[in-house]
Amino acid sequence: MYAALWRILPGSTWVRVLILAVAAVALMAALAFWIFPLVQEVVAPQDVTVGAG
Amino acid sequence: MPPADDPGASEGTARSGANVIGVLGEILITAGVLVFLYLAWLLWFNDGIVGGQQVTAAQSQSRGWAKADQGGNETGSPDPAIPTVGKAPANAVQFANIIVPRFGADYQRPISEGVGTADSLRVGVGHYPGSQMPGGIGNVALAGHRTTWGAPFGQIADLRVGDSIYIETKDGWYRYVFRSLEFVRPTGVSVLDPVPDTPGVTARDRVLTMTSCNPKFSAAERIIAFSVFDTWYPRADGPPPEIASAVEAH
Repeated sequence: MYAALWRILPGSTWVRVLILAVAAVALMAALAFWIFPLVQEVVAPQDVTVGAG
Repeated sequence: MPPADDPGASEGTARSGANVIGVLGEILITAGVLVFLYLAWLLWFNDGIVGGQQVTAAQSQSRGWAKADQGGNETGSPDPAIPTVGKAPANAVQFANIIVPRFGADYQRPISEGVGTADSLRVGVGHYPGSQMPGGIGNVALAGHRTTWGAPFGQIADLRVGDSIYIETKDGWYRYVFRSLEFVRPTGVSVLDPVPDTPGVTARDRVLTMTSCNPKFSAAERIIAFSVFDTWYPRADGPPPEIASAVEAH
């Protein structure tokens, strides 16, 4: 899987490393700000209020 | 299967079999890394970074009030014994800070109107709509996360009788004194009554109720902290001595 990804990427070794680094940062940001908050709602719902809500 | 049927085909099958296992292994390793990333996000990013953002928001709010006060338009309450009570703002508007020395020397978090998840509880502490405003006769009801999203009430179970809980607004600082903890079911709305746990009684005292989840990382129960009003410090007279150094530090 990752070997195929490496083969698909264009450019020299350093260009590929750069592309992967940028992709990794983008992935981490998406996880931190978007995906993990959704995951948390499912895995560990946090309800701190009393009442119907 | 005849032994000399087609050696190339069986070699290809073996290779693709290894390939499938290799890809499966990579997927599993990736999944493992994602789980650790989630834990790091939950315990480090979500508590530490979000908590730091909340402290910064509270500090800048406090600075704004101090600056506005220097304009000299301070009228204050005619009787210093009777605290000024503000009007409830619109939903999601930050109107106060909560400062609890027991939670740490630099602990302060913003309080927003309403207990909406994204509007209030993920950016600090929420003020139950319709509950009393700080300093008013009746019940000031606040909700905050005990874990994750900055965990503003993360140490709520560490409160001891007599601990100070300050609420800062543009008018000044209101000091409440912690009295007791209670554990209720999620439907236990009577803790929000003007006289807590006593429905239908007209309030004569000023009290503060804080709610959070119990046990930690669960939504099964609620932990409730009750405090009673002690005194208030008009902004013109400066911050309370107990937190003066923390207030002036920023």
